[in-house]
Amino acid sequence: MSAGTSYLGDGHTLRSWLFTTDHKRIAILYAIAITGFFFIGGLAATVIRLELATPAADLVSHDTYNRLFTAHGIIMVWLFLIPSIPSVMGNFLVPLMIGARDLAFPRINLASWYVYMAGGAVILVSLAMGGIDTGWTFYTPYSTMFSNSWVSVALAGVFIVGFSSIMTGLNFIVTVHQLRAPGMGWFKLPLFVWAIYATSIILVLATPVLAITLFLVVAERLWQIGVFDPAYGGDPLLFQHLFWFYSHPAVYIMVLPAMGVASEIIPCFARQRIFGYRFMAYAILGIATIGFLVWGHHMFVSGQSPAASMVFSLLSFLVAIPSAIKVFNWTATLYKGSIRFDAPMLYALGFVGLFTIGGLTGLFLASLPLDVHLTDTYFVVSHFHYIMVGGSVMAYFAALHFWWPKVTGRMYADIWARIAAVLIFLGFNFTFFPQYILGAMGMPRRYHAYPPEFQVLNLFSSTGAVVLAAGYLLPFFYLGWSLWHGHAAGANPFDARGLEWTTTSPPPTHNFAREPRVPDVVYDYDPNAPVRPVA
Amino acid sequence: MSAAAISGEGARAHEKLTAQFGMWVFLASEVLFFGGLIAAYTYGRSHWPEGFAAAGHETHVVLGTVNTALLLTSSAFVAMAVAWGEERGKQRRIAWLLAAACALGVAFMAIKGVEYRKEWLEHLVPGPHFRMAGVRGAELFFVLYFLITGLHAVHLTIGIAVLAVFAWGAHRAKPWAEPRRIDAAGLYWHFVDVVWIILYPLIYLGGRAQ
Repeated sequence: MSAGTSYLGDGHTLRSWLFTTDHKRIAILYAIAITGFFFIGGLAATVIRLELATPAADLVSHDTYNRLFTAHGIIMVWLFLIPSIPSVMGNFLVPLMIGARDLAFPRINLASWYVYMAGGAVILVSLAMGGIDTGWTFYTPYSTMFSNSWVSVALAGVFIVGFSSIMTGLNFIVTVHQLRAPGMGWFKLPLFVWAIYATSIILVLATPVLAITLFLVVAERLWQIGVFDPAYGGDPLLFQHLFWFYSHPAVYIMVLPAMGVASEIIPCFARQRIFGYRFMAYAILGIATIGFLVWGHHMFVSGQSPAASMVFSLLSFLVAIPSAIKVFNWTATLYKGSIRFDAPMLYALGFVGLFTIGGLTGLFLASLPLDVHLTDTYFVVSHFHYIMVGGSVMAYFAALHFWWPKVTGRMYADIWARIAAVLIFLGFNFTFFPQYILGAMGMPRRYHAYPPEFQVLNLFSSTGAVVLAAGYLLPFFYLGWSLWHGHAAGANPFDARGLEWTTTSPPPTHNFAREPRVPDVVYDYDPNAPVRPVA
Repeated sequence: MSAAAISGEGARAHEKLTAQFGMWVFLASEVLFFGGLIAAYTYGRSHWPEGFAAAGHETHVVLGTVNTALLLTSSAFVAMAVAWGEERGKQRRIAWLLAAACALGVAFMAIKGVEYRKEWLEHLVPGPHFRMAGVRGAELFFVLYFLITGLHAVHLTIGIAVLAVFAWGAHRAKPWAEPRRIDAAGLYWHFVDVVWIILYPLIYLGGRAQ
């Protein structure tokens, strides 16, 4: 079936890409950019793991080491994870899923990519000039008083990238409210759209606080005024409050879209309706709301009042409830399903497992007495890598594999994709599980040398990182291969539900040849019906 | 390419709502932008109430009050312009109202400039010559004062520019100066006004309680 030119065929010049306002092409622009940043950030991680393979500091100097983990953190958080699923998959899918032709403000969408690239370039310049040694959290007073690295330049870059986040979030919110196809009620929206919607609210409301905080740090460095610096009459704890007011919700910016991805893939490959659809939607909103109120759990040992710590601890436990609802509902969706283990499903199940471990260890850190022991150790490092890498990156790969046929019109070699999924899952656990034990044993984070008794576990972790790196490189090859040699995918190769599968692969520029008909029930899968891919 | 196709279709009311809603979401983001600074102010004031009161006492309440009146009046003009935007053939009146709001905005900026100059001469600008260096919290008050009012001034400058463009566009009856856009610009102007209404008591009145 033909529905006019596909969006990929609509102009082949560089100009037709760089000045496009098509949400699908902008998604591709984002995808290319974040892939580049992912490999730069990964390179820094590789050197870190190499250094930690031996107890002695023998590969890089301590100063270089500080700059490496800072570069790794800044790039991975702001240039990869935050834009990954929202700006790539969300951009591509939200209009398709709600039956719209584009986002509400296509030009703002394109502008957001340019702002993102400008911010990314400034950050790269700061790294090229010698980097930053503060860690990605830029804690004061170190970042304002003592650090002699390129803090102001890097902060300017993160500040600029923030505006791209706000533009993207604004666009999604207005789009979901205004551009749903006739008949697409709120409770017929795919959970991916709910997740992107909640994420967008966080992007719009939390990012400006980060922007103003970073602005204050730069102002303090440049003009020596006292906001955070006690020497000038400021207060360093104020920085932590403001920074984590953004950066804790930022965790949910990274993980909510991942939850949305899992909620699309698991029903498709279990051939079951999602269990507890409304609860899933409410849980997303619940996480987004409570996520704004837990920032103080990063400051249990910073000297905030015990009463405040107890409230933040309680709220942190509360946020686990909607998260657990989601895990239970994914599991219940599998129950009595007709499960197929295609590559996207392997990635999605990997996400659920790793997210569960990451979430449960989060409860350790949310409890006040345990956190005194575990704070600033490798336990924390491992915990947030389980959420951000095990959770978000795994889900990003799941999304990439599930919607790859839709985006490119081509199928990849499923066997290679399964091998990569298993490699990433195993490599990830080999890399990060030992770090939980190291942290519980008391190994502090951010040190480039350590006592010899920690070596076995560190070596384990570094070896695992090699497997993980191999797993991350594989998709680069087989997905790249599929672009030229993969067989044509057809409109709906997985026999999935959702409006995006009712149009051609790749979709035409205006997404739908005619107004899409919204089905009565969302996730209308039947485990007993045969799977019929549409060629 | 597709942008033109998209903005050219759909019901006008729907489009108006989309522009308005986009502005509301943007303003929600702006609230948090100023909110970070106001949170910093609250934090400082709860830690050093005496320092903040002493510093607040040094601000120029007359100038601040006059400026508040100017902004409130300007917002009234903008509201009238938006209300008339619904009727046809009121282009001239809309243009004049927007221009008047612009002029009040410029007057606000001029008075703010006079105020900054006075504070500079009175050594109230944080730095090595700061007059109240001995009072704990006073310097933070003035740091935040200059940052918040500075950020507000940046927003106001953008607002003046936007209103000036629409005043000119309405005067020439340009097709792009349509009600839904003037409406969205008006929302922005009111927001900048509301920020000032919150800043006014925090800056000028807090130190004058006793």
